[in-house]
Amino acid sequence: MKKKLVLIGNGMAGVRCIEQVIKLNPNKFEIIIFGSEPHPNYNRIMLSSVLAGDAEMKDIVINDWDWYKENNISFYPGETVVSIDTSKQTISSDKNRTIGYDEVIIATGSLPFMLPIPGADKEGVIAFRDIKDCESMVDASKKYKKAIVIGGGLLGLEAARGLLNLKMDVTVVHIASYLMERQLDETAARMLQRELEGQGMRFLLEKNSDSVIGRKRVSALRFKDGSEEPADLIVMAVGIKPNIEVAKLAGVGINRGIVVNDMLETDIPHVYAVGECAEHRGVAYGLVAPLYDQGAVLARNLCGIEGETYQGSILSTKLKISGVDVFSAGQFTDDASTRSVRVQDDFTGIYKKVLIREGKIVGAVLFGDNTDSSYLFKLIRTGEDVTGREKTIVLGESGGTKAGGTSVAEMPDDEQICGCNGVSKGTIVRAIKERGLNSVEGVRACTKASGGCGTCKPVVAEILKYVLGDEAAEEKSGICTCTELGRDEIVAAIRSMELSTSKEVRNVLDWKNPEGCSKCRPALNYYLGMARPEEHTDERESRFVNERNHANIQKDGTYSVVPRIYGGVTSPKELKRIAEVAEKYDVPLVKITGGQRLDLFGVKKEDLPSMWEDLDMPSGYAYGKALRTVKTCVGSTFCRFGTQDAMGMGIQLEKKFERLNTPAKVKMAVSGCPRNCAEATIKDVGVVAVDNGWEIYVAGNGGAKVRESDLLVKVKTDEEVMEYSAAYLQYYRENANYNERTAPWVERVGLDTIKSALETPEQRKALVERIDHALSLLVDPWKEAVEEKTVRSLYEAIPVPVSVQS
Amino acid sequence: MERIIVARVDDIPMLRGRSVMAGGIEIALFRLSNGDIKAIENSCPHKQGKLSEGIVCDNHVFCPLHDWKINVSDGMVQSPDEGCVHTFDVEVDSTTGEIAILLEDRLREIGA
Ligand code: SRM
Ligand SMILES: Cc1cc2nc3c(=O)[nH]c(=O)nc-3n(C[C@H](O)[C@H](O)[C@H](O)COP(=O)(O)OP(=O)(O)OC[C@H]3O[C@@H](n4cnc5c(N)ncnc54)[C@H](O)[C@@H]3O)c2cc1C
Ligand code: SF4
Ligand code: FES
Repeated sequence: MKKKLVLIGNGMAGVRCIEQVIKLNPNKFEIIIFGSEPHPNYNRIMLSSVLAGDAEMKDIVINDWDWYKENNISFYPGETVVSIDTSKQTISSDKNRTIGYDEVIIATGSLPFMLPIPGADKEGVIAFRDIKDCESMVDASKKYKKAIVIGGGLLGLEAARGLLNLKMDVTVVHIASYLMERQLDETAARMLQRELEGQGMRFLLEKNSDSVIGRKRVSALRFKDGSEEPADLIVMAVGIKPNIEVAKLAGVGINRGIVVNDMLETDIPHVYAVGECAEHRGVAYGLVAPLYDQGAVLARNLCGIEGETYQGSILSTKLKISGVDVFSAGQFTDDASTRSVRVQDDFTGIYKKVLIREGKIVGAVLFGDNTDSSYLFKLIRTGEDVTGREKTIVLGESGGTKAGGTSVAEMPDDEQICGCNGVSKGTIVRAIKERGLNSVEGVRACTKASGGCGTCKPVVAEILKYVLGDEAAEEKSGICTCTELGRDEIVAAIRSMELSTSKEVRNVLDWKNPEGCSKCRPALNYYLGMARPEEHTDERESRFVNERNHANIQKDGTYSVVPRIYGGVTSPKELKRIAEVAEKYDVPLVKITGGQRLDLFGVKKEDLPSMWEDLDMPSGYAYGKALRTVKTCVGSTFCRFGTQDAMGMGIQLEKKFERLNTPAKVKMAVSGCPRNCAEATIKDVGVVAVDNGWEIYVAGNGGAKVRESDLLVKVKTDEEVMEYSAAYLQYYRENANYNERTAPWVERVGLDTIKSALETPEQRKALVERIDHALSLLVDPWKEAVEEKTVRSLYEAIPVPVSVQS
Repeated sequence: MERIIVARVDDIPMLRGRSVMAGGIEIALFRLSNGDIKAIENSCPHKQGKLSEGIVCDNHVFCPLHDWKINVSDGMVQSPDEGCVHTFDVEVDSTTGEIAILLEDRLREIGA
């Protein structure tokens, strides 16, 4: 039986802990989550952005409904846990549900502190804590004009900014003599106030609220000094208190928060607490970073994995108001034992103060320029000795980077760069600085940024440049972390030493990992096959799954099947056969692809060979670094504008180059006239018919980074189209990096290089001969799998009769 | 403790993986270059990718879906990713080439 793990509170800290538990050991627990709010887990921090109109509700969901399902979590949204019986190990909810637990985590967060003044219960007096509050503010802004925010701290100012965006008049009432007195010194706070006044916010400082005036709904706020300020809406943002209700009832030890030790355990076995409701070494935190740390420690504890215990956190805060950079960390007011470095520039509105005690930075306040915040925060956390460098840390070094003023420099640190893996600019910058990285690959290895869809690579490269200066991209690096050698050196070695297996290459060239990695193994296999087609035997174990199995793996481990449909031209007979196969194998989805053919999705691996046998069509290579499709338009066969037989040309090209191994996938298209209905000018090779011949375009791409192709040459005959395409493709095969598509390749080497390599008939003839030779060695892989027993058996379940001995 | 024969060494080409079922659990078998056979749960801790389809290097397999690197001996995910998969004890009969998985009772329950 799996153990039952119950989480009370579907908020940021608790769910983060559950995420970690699932990561560490997906099968250990049956997980049950209760959340008072009727929403899936969302990013509370971003409520400020939602209010300000910079994000929508859907943008801030961290784990959507599917996540709970996918991880088999029983989730009870809108249900509050009202009691825990720690002796019977059960919890009960307000919907009379009682559930037993083996371990229970209390993560109930905190409650907004409401000033206990007369009238505070009137309509129109709210807090700023959850989605509901956000909605109330948006509603109020539609009907009313005048808002007061009580509290000039982070939360209050962010609420006020949001209300300004909602077109309300906003007054911030604050009890202290300057804003954010818990994070800023007076100088920074005054600068902040001036900036926000410029944005239209009004401030009433040193004002002590006395009572809320109004009939049913609030109409004004009265202060202790007798003055009044009219208001239709009052938002109280004066602080939070740990939500310890359930814990207290259950007899769990509490102080201000639920008292936990370094393992996040309470004083009752099997009961844990994380997040704002917990109090660790006398501190109840109110920011997510420490809560995430707590979650990670608790997850390890629950999974029985040893690791660091929770030692408390140093905090840093930033104000999330666009156009206002405020950062504060550690100690921010001077005392007898500190010395400080300060910069104040009232003209550009910049203030920086760094506090130093005994050579170590103990705190910092930044206003107007947060560029150095992650760096300073690192120094504070690590307690590195900065003696002798005090001034450069504040004044120098980064001075250089600021001058550039590039767009990455202006990006806030928390801006997400890699959407796939959720990596922020700050994380990348820190990884570059702390680990001395100098390549995009290095950044990917350490932070995962650009490891997903890859569209953020250019931004990562820019960040590298911005952090390191121009030395960044120039750094020559090997094809993977197993070697320092680049492609050209490797291919040269293969040719000169006549190597024919990748094992030889790795031995001879002193690979760091004797068996390579998932990057170099397929690359070496390609280079060997390209340079020594006769001598090298394709190494299936070095092929990526799709190319090994000749089908595209899906997220659930099934495969997709795309048969070759030359030029996108099919027949009723062929369509019927595909339909019959789809029915016979109960294919869950049949789709027309973007490449003018049909895709059968969701096929089980063991069904592949028999399906291919029944289809009796060649592989469409929709999975391979090979020729994919040749898209065509109808051309002169039917179209009134067509000048040439585009379909015929496309089919001829596809029949000629199918199965060809290339550095990256190759797509082609043929259009029958310059209206270009086959989109030939965004293909690796595009052919466009003109009045008395064809134009051949190369290096187009319609994918992540769209690139319009370049005209390579204009020719008269069909034979010339075949000759140039063949010569071009072979030159690409012989010169591009593995995994480099034609578009970036041509950008890198230049179109002129390619034109001159294909200039003379002799040059072209030699290239064509080599490609013809390579093509002559290839067989259809589906047919091979159907006919060769040894290949076929690897798709099927192992026939050994299972025997069990107890 | 149960001993379940699931395959023969010849069923797995060098440096390849294969999936087998034992006690209701899907297990990935790997044949390493030194001849060892390793058995781990056939489900990547990231998004349940089938590890049996990954590229095998030394003592590791790279998940076919998003390239996480996992040690096939101790089941630990390598940095920068985190997590682990179950590993299973394996016995290979050197005369028959039969591969047996030793299944602890505790694990059988998870699968069932
Ligand atoms: C099936 C199809 C989508 C569809 O339903 O229409 C498709 C599906 C996939 N594409 Fe595509 N692409 C498909 C047409 C396209 C097109 C349109 C086209 O070919 O006309 C493009 C843009 C054109 C281009 O490539 O220049 C396209 C640009 C990409 C890219 C970005 C490539 C780039 O260089 O930027 C990737 C990612 C990659 O290759 O790294 C990609 C990757 C993928 C993969 C293979 C992702 C993966 O690795 O698993 C998808 C497989 C889905 C699956 O579950 O099997 N697919 N993909 C299309 C198959 C066409 C075919 O018949 O072979
Ligand atoms: C507008 C706003 C902006 C913020 N900005 C920042 C920022 O920039 N940086 C930063 O670090 N932090 C910020 N914070 C603070 C941050 O959001 C909190 O520190 C964090 O959400 C706390 O996480 P938690 O899991 O402890 O509590 P929560 O996220 O509040 O989760 C607790 C959940 O438990 C539920 N619950 C309570 N009792 C029960 C019960 N008995 N049964 C079932 N469910 C229950 C609650 O409804 C709630 O959904 C901000 C907060 C707000 C409101
Ligand atoms: S089919 Fe292509 S565009 Fe669609 S999700 Fe997959 S990779 Fe992305
Ligand atoms: S599922 Fe294995 S890496 Fe994503």
